[in-house]
Amino acid sequence: METIVVTGVGAVTPLGVGARTMHERWSAGVCGVVDGEGACADFDPREFLSAKEVRRADRFTQLALAACQEALADAGWSTGEDGDRSGVGGHPYAPERIGCVLGTGIGGIGTLVDGQDTLRERGGQYVSPLSVPLMMSNAGAGALSMAHGLRGPSFAVSSACASGAHAIGSALRMLQTREADAVIAGGSEAGLTPLARAAFSALDALSKVGISRPFDARRDGFVMGEGAAVLVLERADAAEARGARVLGVIRGYGATSDAHHLTAPREDGAGQAAAMTAALADAGVGPEQIDYVNAHGTSTPLNDRAETAAIKLALGEHAKRIPVSSTKSAIGHLLGAAGAVEAVATLLALRDRVAPPTIGLTEPDEGLDLDYVPGSARPLALNGYGDGSAHGEERPVLALSNSFGFGGHNAVLCLEAP
Amino acid sequence: MSTTITEDQIESLVVESLQTFGANPEDITREATFEALDIDSLDLAELSQIVHEQYGVELKGSDVAEVKTVDDAIKLIAERL
Repeated sequence: METIVVTGVGAVTPLGVGARTMHERWSAGVCGVVDGEGACADFDPREFLSAKEVRRADRFTQLALAACQEALADAGWSTGEDGDRSGVGGHPYAPERIGCVLGTGIGGIGTLVDGQDTLRERGGQYVSPLSVPLMMSNAGAGALSMAHGLRGPSFAVSSACASGAHAIGSALRMLQTREADAVIAGGSEAGLTPLARAAFSALDALSKVGISRPFDARRDGFVMGEGAAVLVLERADAAEARGARVLGVIRGYGATSDAHHLTAPREDGAGQAAAMTAALADAGVGPEQIDYVNAHGTSTPLNDRAETAAIKLALGEHAKRIPVSSTKSAIGHLLGAAGAVEAVATLLALRDRVAPPTIGLTEPDEGLDLDYVPGSARPLALNGYGDGSAHGEERPVLALSNSFGFGGHNAVLCLEAP
Repeated sequence: MSTTITEDQIESLVVESLQTFGANPEDITREATFEALDIDSLDLAELSQIVHEQYGVELKGSDVAEVKTVDDAIKLIAERL
């Protein structure tokens, strides 16, 4: 199959604006969770968008637009002159050949809530005509397409907390089947509303103490966060032809479903493991070639136990030899954005040969016995694994990035950095 | 009610609304077209809601579709009062 590379990344997360800001702060052990939530407190949409664009976008779309601007600039794509970001004619590919796939778990819930408030307080005739176009789950994909003149296939992908990973996987396939020459892919979520808090609390999914500490014995649920990440994906030959800098490769993608329970994963992790195995097969690599696993690691009692079982099922004995850590320990759970944000975090970590930490993990739960990189970052794969493979400084490094969603959706990406 | 609302007041309401929708204040004149101000059908739907709330006047979609300039909008509203 065609090799698909990442040439640009962008992110807005609770650790700040910028993909590398996230990477550097997470690697330094900084946690962006404040008062039990991962808000993008540094994000001001007016720094990225016109007054009209701000009005015409729910926060989840605003976050995606900002991440997309960063990703396109990072990829060396023209972002237009004098504030014109239409980019038509300035992109390295024909607009009709550029796709856009953006994942979101919920879509514009802030807009939905505002519309409901207006309906109750002032009456139906005052519900904004912008309600539907802002709240719809595909609003982000549509906005990116319009802002940058992307005229290939564009749509949203929704699989709860696996949405971002499914979006990247869908983009990978779109490129491999030559439906497009480049795809802007990612995920976005802005669900920090009283309604979402109450709803997740009712499920007993949110941490009552407001601490995200995956794999720890004291973990009591996830911490909700918001943010977005966008990646620019191109075929390797085309990227090389235009002299692009390659950040990494999407080596493989695997997706399965538990078909088990509305919210709980299978305890044995079999569905999740099958997705990991499928990603390895798609990448054409064996478990022993994986240097790092970026866990879904939500800090819920059920996920972290099932995921640990899944990693062992998929990687066998090798699971205990490699670092496994959770980005959610630094930013909380970004729901539909998580898979994309974590793919970006994983790629940048691989490039720097660092295993970022699971922050806040001090007492691993009984039976959770992998190397979760507690507390602080470590150099990655400085040694071979006794199988004669080259050291990590000398060869490309590989990771799996896991994403699992309510509904039993499992999506795993196999990522490589040169 | 129509006797108490002047065209100047309507103009103020329309101009203020257009600014809220993101039009550049310096570009908003009576002669300016909505196309030039980047004001589209969604903005005009919002303007209709604002007019309804302020003056109790219902502007229909078919009326608003004919409106091309700021002046057209002000005159349409004045007619309906």
